[in-house]
Amino acid sequence: MEVFLQQLINGITLGSIYGLIAIGYTMVFGIIGMVNFAHGDVFMVSAFIAVITFLLLTTWLGIGSIAVVLMICLVSAMVLTSIWNWAIERIAYRPLRGSFRLAPLISAIGMSIFLSNFVQVAQGPRNKPVTPMLRDVITLVKSDTYDVTISYKQIMIWAVTAVLLFGFWYLVQKTSLGRAQRACEQDRKMASLLGIDVDRTISLTFVMGAALAAVAGVMYMVYYGVVSFSDGFTPGVKAFTAAVLGGIGSLPGAVIGGLLIGLIEVFWSAYFTIDYKDVAAFSILVIVLIFMPQGILGKPEVEKV
Amino acid sequence: MANPVSAAAPSLDYGRIAREALVTGLVATAILGPFIGLITVQNMDHQLILETRWPLLAALIAVIVGVRVFFSLFVWNRAVKIKKVAPARVPFKIERFAAPFFLGLLFCYPIFVLAGLGAGGSIKWIDNFGIQILIYIMLGWGLNIVVGLAGLLDLGYVAFYAVGAYSYALLAKNFGLSFWVLLPLAGILASFWGIILGFPVLRLRGDYLAIVTLAFGEIIRLILINWVDFSNGYAGISGIPRPTLFGIPFNATDKGFAAVFGLEFSPIYRTIFLYYLILALALLTAWVTVRLRHLPIGRAWEALREDEIACRSLGINTTTTKLTAFATGAMFAGFAGSFFAARQGFISPESFTFMESANILAIVVLGGMGSLWGVVIAAVALVGGFELMREMDFLKMVFGQDFDPTQYRTLLFGAAMVAIMLWKPRGLISTREPTAFLKVSKSVSGSHVSEGHG
Repeated sequence: MEVFLQQLINGITLGSIYGLIAIGYTMVFGIIGMVNFAHGDVFMVSAFIAVITFLLLTTWLGIGSIAVVLMICLVSAMVLTSIWNWAIERIAYRPLRGSFRLAPLISAIGMSIFLSNFVQVAQGPRNKPVTPMLRDVITLVKSDTYDVTISYKQIMIWAVTAVLLFGFWYLVQKTSLGRAQRACEQDRKMASLLGIDVDRTISLTFVMGAALAAVAGVMYMVYYGVVSFSDGFTPGVKAFTAAVLGGIGSLPGAVIGGLLIGLIEVFWSAYFTIDYKDVAAFSILVIVLIFMPQGILGKPEVEKV
Repeated sequence: MANPVSAAAPSLDYGRIAREALVTGLVATAILGPFIGLITVQNMDHQLILETRWPLLAALIAVIVGVRVFFSLFVWNRAVKIKKVAPARVPFKIERFAAPFFLGLLFCYPIFVLAGLGAGGSIKWIDNFGIQILIYIMLGWGLNIVVGLAGLLDLGYVAFYAVGAYSYALLAKNFGLSFWVLLPLAGILASFWGIILGFPVLRLRGDYLAIVTLAFGEIIRLILINWVDFSNGYAGISGIPRPTLFGIPFNATDKGFAAVFGLEFSPIYRTIFLYYLILALALLTAWVTVRLRHLPIGRAWEALREDEIACRSLGINTTTTKLTAFATGAMFAGFAGSFFAARQGFISPESFTFMESANILAIVVLGGMGSLWGVVIAAVALVGGFELMREMDFLKMVFGQDFDPTQYRTLLFGAAMVAIMLWKPRGLISTREPTAFLKVSKSVSGSHVSEGHG
């Protein structure tokens, strides 16, 4: 029971990170029907920005307060990653809009290769460890053999994820920008006839996706304490799995899918074998796509002639 | 457009150009600043510290802004030409002359290289360029059956390549079977896996199919890594038996190729033998593809690619059609895989990453889907260019001694994929020759054909 509780806590933490990345996939898929293959690498780029900002603040400016440092890291990673993704969309995807089906996907695969290798060349191929932070734990359940603990960083990840998801939900549901975005998702041509700047809305979708991926990137840095240029691919595919599991195109679905994937991965590692945890995640992707391709909250696709 | 004559004689709006250049510069600074201007390095105590590279950052930003201004001034500002939509016509039959010429070139290539560089210097050129490119051409042609003809986007093609390679490696090492027995067997095993994996996923369409095949490819790779008893994990399998020429091995013993034919021993003979072996295998793939396109099944594939619903309503069994495409493509990957294992003598899961699948897919799509010639051009350009980067030592003189061109290979590869897509979204060769026609053959420009949801 204690093990179960502990794994539940770990799983929700990991799941929040996946959920944040998954929103980027699901929004882009919803609005332009494209699997943004480079999104996992955008996440990796944001984790690097976080590491660099973290070092800048702690070693150069000597700021001691970890809360201030993380706050600035979060904001700068969100802003810079948004600019990255905006530029990527402008350069690699926008000219291909309305082109044939595979062109944006190939372009995105190329972008993904480019991004991970750009970071490798620019920052070196080694892992980047940062000093561990927020390591104190609160013991929730005490028992003779196994203490169930929650660390400050896990609490922080939960809190930041919850606050930002609420803010994001508000943005999509209650503001005119969110309305424009949902309108474009339903029918791009009709939305543009009604005076919505479709290009701008799509750009903003990419920016929002990148900002949430950047939150995940900062959390990833805090949680694992080490970042590498190759860290984009596997979390990216898992987050895509989460988006598909939750029903692609559905925002709450992405979060639920992320939590489920995180929980499955953690429980699999705890109760079966850690070697095959990625196999478990990928198998779920395959099983979900085969047996319920519309996901948990998605709408079934209607086949039109 | 505000100015009605701007289409004919554009005037330069210097204010706008300056503004755009400024925005470009700011975006470039924001993007590159943290990555180029600052670098994280580990000091003696294994702690990360930051170092600066401001001159490099400034140079890169200047280049980016310069390119942007150049484009604003000279490229984007040109009068908008109204593209004439030429009626589709049969182009000059380049194939009639190109095919024999190209084949002749391929057959003579090792001889030319040998004559030019001698036995010692030519191994690298035959092996790295000839054999390497031919493997990718073969894989490209194999994947072309799945993606180009049947329109099924497969991102896990490398899984079948791995199945072929591991079948050969394990069966040859453990049971001592010969390459010539195992080559067809590896193909059969790979196509068997193609059917097993294909069966559940073929109800899916488009991007979903792509992601599921990607997941399958990763699952196979992860199993190869983790199931150490079976595949020896990360360490891989070494000492795989090399292929023989009808029982004559290519080694320095008395029974070796060189001794039997009374020649001086040299590793070049095996390289040349392998070259002709992969050439034969690749040509087999091309020949089968060309022939299949004239059979009902090949036409069903192409019909499926264009419109799946129409295909179904015409009574084509889409499941069998897709499965045969999957299995046929997988079979050629299996052949290529067993050749790869036999050529390297060593295989490990490292050779079968997603990156490899992406390379092969890039070759097919960049070449122009369904076009055999496109695959050849793209494979030569991408793989050959990739290998050529190794040879560019003169760049060291430009950028200094510690400049290593090989580390930029993958970077440029990714950028090239994006650039070719932007320049020619349908690939380099995008016209299609219909295999079935009434009275006279009319080639169809790629832009006239819409893609089905395969």
